Amino acid sequence: MKMDNPQGYLTTISPHLREGTRTPHIMWIVTLCLLPAAIWGVYIFGLGSLLVLTICIAASVATEFIINQLTGRKQTISDGSAVLTGLLIGFNLPPQLPLYIAVIASVFAIAIVKYAFGGLGSNWMNPALAGRVFVLFSFSGPMSTWLMPHTLPDAVSSATPLGAVKSGLQGVAVTFSNSAEALAQKLHELKGPMHFLATKGYPVSGFDQSLTDWLNSTFGLSIHKGYFDLFVGNMGGSIGEVSVLLLLLGTIYLFYRKIISWHIPVSYLGCFAFLVWIFGGLRFDQGLFSGDVLFHLFSGGIMLGSFYMATDMVTSPLTRKGMIIFGVGAGMLTYLIRFFGSLPEGVSLSIIIMNMAVPLIDRYTKPVIFGTTKKE
Amino acid sequence: MQELKTFPKGGVHPLGYKKLSCNEKIKNAPLPAEASIPMSQHIGKPAECIVKPGDEVREGMLIGRSQGFVSANIHSPIPGVVKEIKTYFLPNGIKTQAVVIELQGEFDRSGKGGKPSEWRKLDKKRLNEMIAENGIVGLGGATFPTHVKYMVKEGSSIDYLIINGVECEPFLTADHRLMLEKSDEILEGIEIVQKIVSAKEVLIGIEMNKPDAVQVIQERIHKKSLPFRVVPLQVKYPQGDEKMLIKALIDREVPSGGLPLDIGTVVSNVGTIFAVFEAVVYGKPLIERVVTVTGPAIARPANLKTRIGTKIADLIEECGGFKEPPQKLIVGGPMMGFALADPDLPVTKGVSGIIALDAKKSTVFRNLPCIRCARCVDACPWNLTPTVLYKFIEHGEYEEALARGLMDCKECGCCAYVCPSEIPLVQGFKLGKHMARKMKGK
Repeated sequence: MKMDNPQGYLTTISPHLREGTRTPHIMWIVTLCLLPAAIWGVYIFGLGSLLVLTICIAASVATEFIINQLTGRKQTISDGSAVLTGLLIGFNLPPQLPLYIAVIASVFAIAIVKYAFGGLGSNWMNPALAGRVFVLFSFSGPMSTWLMPHTLPDAVSSATPLGAVKSGLQGVAVTFSNSAEALAQKLHELKGPMHFLATKGYPVSGFDQSLTDWLNSTFGLSIHKGYFDLFVGNMGGSIGEVSVLLLLLGTIYLFYRKIISWHIPVSYLGCFAFLVWIFGGLRFDQGLFSGDVLFHLFSGGIMLGSFYMATDMVTSPLTRKGMIIFGVGAGMLTYLIRFFGSLPEGVSLSIIIMNMAVPLIDRYTKPVIFGTTKKE
Repeated sequence: MQELKTFPKGGVHPLGYKKLSCNEKIKNAPLPAEASIPMSQHIGKPAECIVKPGDEVREGMLIGRSQGFVSANIHSPIPGVVKEIKTYFLPNGIKTQAVVIELQGEFDRSGKGGKPSEWRKLDKKRLNEMIAENGIVGLGGATFPTHVKYMVKEGSSIDYLIINGVECEPFLTADHRLMLEKSDEILEGIEIVQKIVSAKEVLIGIEMNKPDAVQVIQERIHKKSLPFRVVPLQVKYPQGDEKMLIKALIDREVPSGGLPLDIGTVVSNVGTIFAVFEAVVYGKPLIERVVTVTGPAIARPANLKTRIGTKIADLIEECGGFKEPPQKLIVGGPMMGFALADPDLPVTKGVSGIIALDAKKSTVFRNLPCIRCARCVDACPWNLTPTVLYKFIEHGEYEEALARGLMDCKECGCCAYVCPSEIPLVQGFKLGKHMARKMKGK
């Protein structure tokens, strides 16, 4: 017996209403939120960085387009995910990187990390970070060559603040390698990362200098100069990671649109800051509870990582509890890599390692079903 | 102000669209010239048809006899002659036998009121029998036979009688109007049910998008000095689900696979309570109910007191027809109701609303890839993991899906409502349940 449908009404199964947000909206909104930081990066590092960003986006979209064509899939490039991945890869690259490396990173991200596992939603690792880490280990020279912003006075060295501190400390350790006592005393004299950078001649902008001076004299404080440069983004680094201020601005909109929840960023930053505060002072022989939290939060890629990369929905846990475990894990790993690893920065690696733990986290954080007392 | 109660986890906030019809007084729908009465209008065994073509029937006469424990009587809504017995599919996909009655003769019941019975002198067994005889079922949509719900086991006691005035589905306003216009009748109905189940406390849950109903019921309770308590609730779907309502009101969880009775509660919808009142006080069987006919494509939305068996198309006609071509007709609410293909199908006991959606509001799920955004996980009030469950069903892993709580899904649709990738999640679970049952049957 056949059901009559003389009028041709739609006969889909309930629910008959939808909330309205769609996956492409999410991708484009995140892209939009990244734009201020992108513009800042291009402004301080020059047009070369715009070229890097553009090439990354173009290569990502082209790779996705070609794979879809070759495999006979429906075109998906308008869903915004390839554009977002490309933009995020560019954000994580040095401003004057040779363009072929940017292309390799993008093709690897889309073809290997995203499509080899089934395309959007099926990758188990953040494609942008995987692409970045792939070229970091393949082309470690160009990937650790930095450009100083033209907004800073001429500098002797060109390095990221994290890189300068790490290599500086290694230098100190070599110089005083014959006497532990002398080494400890030297480290103690260096006080902390900001003082150390100043002694090494890391440049500080006029804006930072006058603002810090004004605050110190008006409120009787003793803030070290340089923090405002870090916060605004007057430092060497990857194109998109430098401006904490503008990244936070975009984040506000992400929270407002409920695209990300607080669980991952807060647990990530919280755990990381907590560890830095407790143990961070040890490497300058300052004792416990004296770490420079602000320096570590404002430098490197942790803001970009915690708000835009770790929160990537595809590669983060499903439950709130899982998200917190994920964030805490990433925070601990970032601390360990920054302080004890050979690389100055550990955000990408931490997030990628935690990405791999997501299935495990999901398995052990299954929600307790209504009307039952324990997990099935 | 004290914070309003609600259930703790999940749920969604769809737009209400209640303004379309919430100020329309309940009016009588036209009587059907021909009524088609399905024998399966409730959960459980279909009623046994006890008339044959050519039989004369009176208004309110028994035409389908309840068979089995979970089943309900069916009565003729109009006087007339049985034209034929036919078989067709209802919008919910159930194949049923139906009695078609052609209107003839006099209405010996309607409009005559009658003398109220002295129900207070009757014992609770007799009262529940009256509910069973008159074929009362849950009118909130689930259509569970009401007398079965009120059968409290010897020795067990009921802590709470909960009256469901939540009406959380968007668009629907039938219960809202009933509470405003029939508050005294509803309160007397509650007294009847309270006599049957003897609960320690009676709570009436109403969402705060109906402040007038809260006020009216509260006033009437005060005036009659009844020991009932109205609890205003936050607006959140699916609070009208009895298990969610219990959780919201008294913070108890009905065990998985269990019934409200298991935790000392009985829940009834206000529409059901009104039907109980009419059955017990006036001996009237369940042959009519209030149906909200609404939606952006309906010319004049209304709340219609409708005889069971009336064609849905006739109700739409009564509301001025369509003001624009509808894309989709829904029987019930837009979150859990069924899309209708044939508007000549009849109104049954469970039909709380007819909604006509225009092209703009009609949703087709495009099924894009899941991006694990976890919105479904957050929205599920039953604390399931819809995205994972769906993947198991997609791959035919029904055992695994059952282990992850497939049967605990109450099909409220919150997951599919929020999914940005437009994945037909709850739709998949309905299919999955069906397949899992089939598999177990083998």
